[in-house]
Amino acid sequence: MSLATPSPSEQGAYRLEVNGRGHDVVDSWAGESLLYVLRNRLGYLGPKNACEQGECGSCSVLLDGRLVCACLVLAASAAGQEIVTVEGLADSEEELSDVQQAFIDHGAVQCGFCTPGLIVAVHDLLGRLPDPTELEVREAISGNLCRCTGYGRIFEAVEAVRRSRLEASS
Amino acid sequence: MAVFVPTSLEELLTARAERPGLDLVAGGTDLVVEVNFGRHRLEDVASLSRVPELGGWRREGPAGPGGHLVLGSGLTYTEMLDPTLAELLPSLAQAARTVGSPQIRNAGTLGGNLGTASPAGDTLPVLAALEAEVLLGSAAGTRLVPLGEFVTGPKRTALAPDEVILAARVPVARGHQEFLKVGTRNAMVIAVCSVALVLDEQARQVRVGLGSVGPVPIRALEAERFAAEVVDWSTGRFSGGEADLRRFGELVGAAARPIDDHRSIASYRRRAVEVCARRALERTMSRQAA
Ligand SMILES: Cc1cc2nc3c(=O)[nH]c(=O)nc-3n(C[C@H](O)[C@H](O)[C@H](O)COP(=O)(O)OP(=O)(O)OC[C@H]3O[C@@H](n4cnc5c(N)ncnc54)[C@H](O)[C@@H]3O)c2cc1C
Repeated sequence: MSLATPSPSEQGAYRLEVNGRGHDVVDSWAGESLLYVLRNRLGYLGPKNACEQGECGSCSVLLDGRLVCACLVLAASAAGQEIVTVEGLADSEEELSDVQQAFIDHGAVQCGFCTPGLIVAVHDLLGRLPDPTELEVREAISGNLCRCTGYGRIFEAVEAVRRSRLEASS
Repeated sequence: MAVFVPTSLEELLTARAERPGLDLVAGGTDLVVEVNFGRHRLEDVASLSRVPELGGWRREGPAGPGGHLVLGSGLTYTEMLDPTLAELLPSLAQAARTVGSPQIRNAGTLGGNLGTASPAGDTLPVLAALEAEVLLGSAAGTRLVPLGEFVTGPKRTALAPDEVILAARVPVARGHQEFLKVGTRNAMVIAVCSVALVLDEQARQVRVGLGSVGPVPIRALEAERFAAEVVDWSTGRFSGGEADLRRFGELVGAAARPIDDHRSIASYRRRAVEVCARRALERTMSRQAA
């Protein structure tokens, strides 16, 4: 790359791969966060916008398989990387993932604002560590703030998925 | 306004040479916050995340004392927790574990912590205690700068407008290491104070780095000299008593230059750094003896 020959992102146009679908982003400003582009340009409203400083976790997404806050990623720098939002976790748009279903079954949702971020974080946890200890669960969701539930039912939901996945695999 | 995504170090250094002061973004966990809050206006920016030469870590020279570990500036906190590296640099791993949250640890990098050079940057007291040097590179070449000369003030560094932080170069030390940090929560907390302690059995040194208690990371040199005298280096055992531990804590407290701010007050910080240092030495000595 030389500055003399602009790459697409240098002209404010780039392509993002979200939940397996390609999207062209045009006329964007360099400072736009991935969260902004996902919500305001591409219509993915699952990742929530709250603190814009990485503290609340409600915009959590997977970027090339790593859990990150979309509000702190420059959107143009995510071109060529695989982005997964809460919308892309289940097998199809009509279905819920096991984690989503468990959050409903265990009443782990109250106002629901933190829920998409938490669901992505829990998917990430159980994908990496199928049999986490309670401490590992607490650490894994320590970057996702929930002001309603007090977390008890969230832990119950995680525990239910942990158990059912382990049973299914044994 | 453009986002460059160089895929080699050469491209990055060329871009930086052609446009000195070109913004750099690694994990974005400091810079993008500034952008989101309108405190920093991005013009052109180069993303470092796809430059392979900045990632990972490697050994240089002998595996033991005399050798070095070269930690790429793109190393994330999550990668510092990798067991192989954590065994070589336990104090860095302990510090990394306390940073932010999993999301922040997956994105935030060593180079970004150095680039920001916040007095509360958690890797800085560790790098100070490890006697790290910072490897800087530009199209014109590279230079190695001791950490104490790289961080010139709060959020100020010796980085030149055409340079990029390539790595931190750390001498291998044999011996126990500790990192302690005080804050209001176990997660997502900027340090009120922090202490890194590195035992170097080869050099017969106990080295202490302090964070969040001064404009830059501080070495508690008098406390270090005192501690080195209460270790029986032939056995690696602590030869002192309760009074020595207290004295060590006091000397560390005396080295601190804390201020009052929205996170804490100077007197608490001095007291807390004293207690943390003393605990770090206690833990080190009980591990060494075992
Ligand atoms: C919610 C939250 C919690 C946090 N908690 C902690 C914490 O507990 N402890 C802590 O120490 N920090 C914490 N931070 C701050 C931040 O995560 C760290 O300082 C991190 O190391 C920054 O790395 P980055 O890669 O994200 O840097 P970026 O934001 O990408 O960059 C930071 C600065 O460094 C410069 N830079 C980056 N890489 C290079 C390079 N290779 N060469 C030259 N300049 C470079 C950039 O230009 C920029 O000025 C937190 C941040 C957030 C948002």
